[in-house]
Amino acid sequence: MKFYVILFSFLISFSAPLWAELTIEITQGVNDPTPIAVVPFGGDAASSELSKIVAADLQRSGLFRPIPRADMLSLPSKEQDIYFRDWRILGASYILIGDVQKSVDGYVLSYDLFDVISQRRVFRKTTSGNLSSLRDIAHAVSDKVYQEITGIRGAFSTKILYVEDLRSGPKRYRMVKADADGARPRVLFRSDEPLMSPTWAPNLREVAYVSFETSRPAIFSHNLVTNKREQLTNFKGLNGAPSWSPDGKKMALVLSKDGNPEIYTLDLLTRKFTRVTRHFAIDTEPNWSADGKSIIFTSNRGGSPQIYQVGLANGRVERLTFDGDYNARPRVAPDGKSLVMVHREKGVYHIAWQDIASGDLRILTETWLDESPSIAPNGAMLMYATQHNNKGVLAAVSMDAGVKFRLPSKQGDVREPAWSPFGESE
Amino acid sequence: MTKTIKLFLTVFALAGFLSACSSNTTTDDSASTDNADTTDNQVVTDDDGMESSPLDGIDTVFFFEFDQSILSSEARSALMVHAEVLRDEPSSVRLEGHGDERGSREYNMALGERRANAVRDYLVLQGVDSSVIETVSYGEEQSAEVGSYESAWSKNRRVELK
Repeated sequence: MKFYVILFSFLISFSAPLWAELTIEITQGVNDPTPIAVVPFGGDAASSELSKIVAADLQRSGLFRPIPRADMLSLPSKEQDIYFRDWRILGASYILIGDVQKSVDGYVLSYDLFDVISQRRVFRKTTSGNLSSLRDIAHAVSDKVYQEITGIRGAFSTKILYVEDLRSGPKRYRMVKADADGARPRVLFRSDEPLMSPTWAPNLREVAYVSFETSRPAIFSHNLVTNKREQLTNFKGLNGAPSWSPDGKKMALVLSKDGNPEIYTLDLLTRKFTRVTRHFAIDTEPNWSADGKSIIFTSNRGGSPQIYQVGLANGRVERLTFDGDYNARPRVAPDGKSLVMVHREKGVYHIAWQDIASGDLRILTETWLDESPSIAPNGAMLMYATQHNNKGVLAAVSMDAGVKFRLPSKQGDVREPAWSPFGESE
Repeated sequence: MTKTIKLFLTVFALAGFLSACSSNTTTDDSASTDNADTTDNQVVTDDDGMESSPLDGIDTVFFFEFDQSILSSEARSALMVHAEVLRDEPSSVRLEGHGDERGSREYNMALGERRANAVRDYLVLQGVDSSVIETVSYGEEQSAEVGSYESAWSKNRRVELK
C-alpha cells in the first residue's frame, strides 16, 4: 500500500460557524506531504485568520503538511526576521510569511514564499481586498503557493453546487452554492419538490438544475447575478441531466418526449433542440468531451449500463467501458484524456477512473453507494456523494486515490456535488 | 413472496399514513400527503352511499425487481381491476415511477419512467384510454422508506397509481 491513512483524522472547523456549513475531515493523505510553515500573517488582527485558511487549504489538498502554530519558534512577518535554521529544525521545506496593511479601499496583503533549504525567496506577491472577501484573498494565496510548488493550478478559489435534503418539512429540498471547502454556503433555491442534477455554465454566471416544482421534472436555468430563473424545458416525460457545452452556447440534456430517453442538445440562443441519440434503450447522463465535439453518456443498449461516446458531427457511437456490469454517470477530465464514473463491483457502487485511450480502470473509493463524481477544474481531485453514518455526505478523492477527505453535513443529506469551472476571469 | 409483498404494502400504507399525520405542513408534495387524500376520498365515497367500490382493497402501489420494469402477477391482477373501473368511468390517473437509491440518479429517473410506462402500457392493453394517463418518474428522489438495506430498497422500487 503506497499510501497510508493519516491517523489523526484531522477535523478543521472554520471560523464563523454557519448553520449548514460543511466541515472537512481528512481521512487519508499522501505519505510524504510537503511540510510547509504558514506563519500567522502580521499586520491587522484579521490577518492571522487569513493564514489559518491558507494552511487549511493546503492541508486539504493532501499534498502539504502545515507545521502546527504551537511548534513555531518565532512568528516572522518580514524577511529579516526569518531564522532559517529554526525552520529547518522543524522540518519545514517552505515557509510562507505575509503582512497586511490598510489601504484606501480595504487591505493589501504582501506575502513571500521561501525555500528553507536554499534559504531563498521563491516569490513575493501582493493581493488586495476588503474584510468581507477575507476568504477570497486566502484562497488566492493558496492557489499561488500550490501552483508554485506542485506545478498544478490551484482550485481553492472555485465553488461547488450541491443539493441538500432536510428529509422532512416544508421546502425540504435546497440548491446550495458554497466555496470548494464547503464554507460560505448560500441557498439559491428552496422547494417542496425534489431538486437534482445541478450543473455550471462555463462563465460561472449561471447554473442549471432539474426541479419538480411543476409536479413533473423540468430543467431550469438560474442566473447567479440577477437571481432570475427560467424554465428551459417542459416536455412530457423526462427532462433531465443538463450539461453545458464547453463554449457555453449549448446544453446537452435528456428528453423522453418521443417515448424513450434520448440525448438532445439545446441551442441556448435559437432555443432549437437537436436529437443526438436514436436507440430504444435508455440513453442518459450526457457530458461534453473537453473539445466540445462529442458527448459521453450512459446507455444500457448493451444490456447493462455502460459509458458510450457519440460524435456530434457524424453521430457515430462508440462504447468506452467494458469492465464490470454497471458503469454510469460519466464526467470527462479537463484534459479530455480520462473519465470518472459510478462503477459497480461485487454489488457495491464505487467511483472509478478510466483512461480513455487504454481503457485502464482504477477504483478510487472504498466507501459504498458512491455516486455523482465531479472533477475539479485542475483535474487534481474529484468530489462525489456517499453515505456516512446513515447520512448523505460529500467526499473528495484525488485522481490517484492518494488523498481523501469528507465534507459531512450538519443537517439532512447532501448530494450531487458539482465542482465549478475556473471561470473566464481568471 | 406474495405474503412478503402484502406485508410491504401494509407497512408502506401505514407508514405513509402515519407520516401524513405527523407532517404539519401545508405542502402538497409528498407521497404521504396524497395517501391521506386517498383515505379521505374513500370515506367520502362511503358517505355517498356507494358501498363496496370494486377498488376497495385493491393495490395502488406496484413493486419491481432490481433494475427491472416487469410487472409482477400481483400487480397485473390489481391493474386488471383498475382498468375495468377506468374503462367504465374514465378519470385521470397519474402513475409515479420510483427506484431505489443504488446507482446513478438520472439513470434511476429513466428506470422509474420505464416502470411507470410498463403500468401505463398494461392499462392501455386492457382498454383504458391512454389520454387519461399521466406518467411521471421521480427516480430515487422520493423514497417510501429511507434506508440502505434490501427491505427499504424493495419498497422504493415501485409505481404509485394516484
